[in-house]
Amino acid sequence: MSEAVMHGHEHHDHHPTGWKRWLFTTNHKDIGTLYMLFSLVMFFVGGAMAMVIRAELLHPGLQYVDTQFFNSMTTLHALVMIFGVVMPGTVGFANWLIPMMIGAPDMALPRMNNWSFWILPFAFTLLLVTLFVPGGGPAGGWTMYPPLMLQTGDAMPFVIFAVHFLGASSIMGSINIIATIFNMRAPGMSFMRLPLFVWTWLITSFLLIATIPVLAGAVTMLLTDKYFGTSFFNAAGGGDPVLFQHVFWFFGHPEVYILILPAFGIVSQILPTFSRKPLFGYESMVYATASIAFLSFFVWAHHMFTVGMPLAGELFFMYATMSIAVPTGVKVFNWVSTMWRGSLTFETPMLFAISFVVLFSIGGFSGLMLGITPADFQYHDTYFVVAHFHYVLVTGAIFAMMAGVYYWLPKWTGHMYDETLGQWHFWLSTISVNVLFFPQHFLGLAGMPRRIPDYAVQFAEWNFISSIGGFVFGLSQLLFLYIIVKCIRGGEKATDRVWEGAHGLEWTLSSPPPYHTFVTPPQVTDATAHS
Amino acid sequence: MSTSTSSYYLPEPSHWPILGSIGLFSVFAGAALWLNKAGVGPMVMGIGLTIFVYMLFGWFGTVIRESEAGIFNKQVDISFRWGMFWFIVSEVMFFAAFFGALFYARVLAVPWLGGAGSEFSTHQFLWPEFSPSWPMSVMPDPSTFSAYKEVIPAFGVPALNTAILLSSGGTVTIAHWALKRNNRSALCWWLFATLSLGFLFVGLQAMEYAHAYSELGLTLKSGIYGTTFFMLTGFHGLHVTIGATMLTVIWLRSVSGHFKPDHHFGFEAVAWYWHFVDVVWLGLFVFVYWL
Repeated sequence: MSEAVMHGHEHHDHHPTGWKRWLFTTNHKDIGTLYMLFSLVMFFVGGAMAMVIRAELLHPGLQYVDTQFFNSMTTLHALVMIFGVVMPGTVGFANWLIPMMIGAPDMALPRMNNWSFWILPFAFTLLLVTLFVPGGGPAGGWTMYPPLMLQTGDAMPFVIFAVHFLGASSIMGSINIIATIFNMRAPGMSFMRLPLFVWTWLITSFLLIATIPVLAGAVTMLLTDKYFGTSFFNAAGGGDPVLFQHVFWFFGHPEVYILILPAFGIVSQILPTFSRKPLFGYESMVYATASIAFLSFFVWAHHMFTVGMPLAGELFFMYATMSIAVPTGVKVFNWVSTMWRGSLTFETPMLFAISFVVLFSIGGFSGLMLGITPADFQYHDTYFVVAHFHYVLVTGAIFAMMAGVYYWLPKWTGHMYDETLGQWHFWLSTISVNVLFFPQHFLGLAGMPRRIPDYAVQFAEWNFISSIGGFVFGLSQLLFLYIIVKCIRGGEKATDRVWEGAHGLEWTLSSPPPYHTFVTPPQVTDATAHS
Repeated sequence: MSTSTSSYYLPEPSHWPILGSIGLFSVFAGAALWLNKAGVGPMVMGIGLTIFVYMLFGWFGTVIRESEAGIFNKQVDISFRWGMFWFIVSEVMFFAAFFGALFYARVLAVPWLGGAGSEFSTHQFLWPEFSPSWPMSVMPDPSTFSAYKEVIPAFGVPALNTAILLSSGGTVTIAHWALKRNNRSALCWWLFATLSLGFLFVGLQAMEYAHAYSELGLTLKSGIYGTTFFMLTGFHGLHVTIGATMLTVIWLRSVSGHFKPDHHFGFEAVAWYWHFVDVVWLGLFVFVYWL
C-alpha cells in the first residue's frame, strides 16, 4: 500500500487553477468529476421534467400544461435521463476508477478524454434550446419514430444534430476506455484479474462503438427524409416507416445494456466489500456480461412485436429475448451467492446495492413478460412498459450509481459522507420509488396507454398514488444533493481503505488520491490483485 | 522512437478540445438555423467551420510536433493504434446502417408494397398499380415521386473507379514499403500517386452525379433507389475526400522529412483509413451498382 502511495506522490504536476483547470484539463480525475457533476445537474433537469409529467397525471383531465408540451416533456425527460444522466454518470465512474483500478497513470488518450466531456454541455444546449423554438420541443418520443417525428417543427434539426454530437462524445469516450484497458494495465494486471467494473465497461464500450454509429445513421435518414426529399421511411417512394424502427432498435436494444452493464459492474464491486467475501463466480460474471452484450444484437425487434412482422421474425426475436434471461440469471445468482453466509453490514452503498438486486430483478421479470410475443400484444405501449423500464433504469442503473457514489465518494473527496442522512436517503428513495412505479404495472395491465396527458377516470386512484410517490422520490433527491455537497465540503477524514472489506488497487491510494497516480505502474500479483 | 522504459506521455492541459466543441456547436446550430430558413444560418455555420478547421490544424499540429520531438514511447503508439482501429470500426457500423436500409428496402419493403409474402392487402389498399422491381424506376405513388430514365450501369465509370481505388490501395502499400526502406523519394512519389488517384476518383464520381441529375433524371428524390444510391455513394465520396485530404497531409509531411522507418503511426493510420474506404467501395460496387 505504502509503495503505491509513494508512486502517487512522486509526480506533482502543476495545472491551471480556477475555471481554466476544468475547461482545459487532461486529467482523468478532473474529467471524471466533470462527468459526475454534469450527470448530477442533468438528473435534476430530467427530474424536473418528470415532476411536470407526474403533476399533470395527478388527476384525470388536463390541468397544468398543454398536450404538446406534455409530449415534449416525456420525450426530453427520456433523452436527458439516458444521454445526460446515466451515460455521463457511468462514464464519470469509468474515468475516475478505471485508471486507478488497473494501475494506469491516466486514460490512454487524455486530450480526447477532455473533448468527450466538453461536447456534452454544448450538445445539451442544442437539445434543450428546442423548448424555445417555433413549434416547441420534440414531442414524438425519444424513439423518434417517423412519420410522427417528421411533423416536428423547427426543433427537428437541433434534436438530430444534438444526437450526432452526443454520439461523437460517446464514441470517443468508448475508444478511450478500450485503449486504456487494452494498453494501460499495470504489469501483472491480466484480463482475468480486472475488477468486474472494468470488465463491464470494456464490454459496454464495444456496444457503444458498434451501435452509436447506427443511431447516427438512423437520425441522418430522418433528417434527409424531412429536408432533402429522400424516401427511407416513405412508402410512396418505396421506403418503409418500419425500417426506422429496425435501425433504431438495432441501436436501442444494445443501448439498454450500455445503460445497465456498468451498473452491474458497480454492484459487483460493492456486494463483496460489505459481504466480506470475494465475488462469487468471477469468471462466470465475465462470461455472462459478454453473453448479454453479444445476445443484445439479436433481440431488437422485441420492441416492435405489434408493428407487423412475419411470424418467423416474431418467434425468432421472442426466443432470442428469452435466452438473455440465462446470463442475467447467472449474474443475479452470483450476487445472491456472494452475500450468502457473508459477514454482512448495511452501510448506504450496500443498502442501495441490495435494493438494486431485488428491484432490478423485478424489472427483469416484467421484461420477460414483455418479451413473450402474444403477451406483448396486450402490454405494448401501456404503462406496464413504463413500469418495466423504470424498474431497470431507476432502481437499476440509477440505484447502482447512487450506491457507487456513496461507495467511492470518501475515496474521491477524502471525507466520509453523513451515514445517517445516507440511510434516510436510501429508505425514502426505495419506498417512494416503489410507490411511484409499482402501481404503473396495474395501470398498464388495465390498459392505460403511455405518453398521454389525460386518462379515463378508472385509472385515477393508481395515478394519484404514483404521482405522490413521484413527488416524494423527487424531493428525496434533494437530500442526495445535500449529502454530496456536505461530503465535498468536509466531514470525518476517510482512511485509505475506507471500507474494511474493500479490495482493489484504488483502495491502496490515499483518500483523496493525489492528482496523478500510478505514474510508475505497480506490480500486480495474484495476492495483490484482490487485496 | 524513445525507449519503451520512459514513462507514458501525459499531455499538459489543452485548449483545443473546447475550441473543437465551440466550432462544432456553431456548425450544428448554423446548419439547423439554415434548414429552418433563418438567414443567419450559413454565416453561423461558416464561422463554426472556420473554428473547427483551425482546431484541426492546431490539435494535429501539436501532436505532430510532439511525435517528431520523440516523446511518444511504444505504449503511446499502441494507444493511438487502438484509437484509430476502433474509430474505423465505428465508421464501418455507420455504413452498415445504410447498407441495412438498402437491403431492407430491396428484399422486404419494395416487394411487400407489391403484395409479396402476406402483404396482399397492403398492395391492394395502397397502390394496386405498383409493380415492384429493382432498380425501382417507377414509384409506388407516382404523384409524389417522379420516375427516372435509367440508373448508372456498373460496368462503365463505376468499374473504372473500382480499378482506380484498388490501384490506390496498391500504391499506398508501395509507399509504405519505401518508407520502411527509408527511400524518401519513392515514398513521396507513391504517396502523390495515391492521393492523385483518390482525387481522380472523387472527380469521376462528381461527373457521374452531374450526369445522373441532368440526363438520367436520377436524383436523391427518386424514391428509395435514388435515396439509397446517393446516400451510400455520397457518404462514401465524402469519406474518400476526407481520406484523400489526409493523404495530402501525410504527403506534405513526408516531403518535409517526417516519419521514420520504425516510427510512422500517422502514415499507417491514414493508410488504414484509405483501405477502409476502399473496402466500402467494393461493397458499394457489388450491391449498389452491380447486383
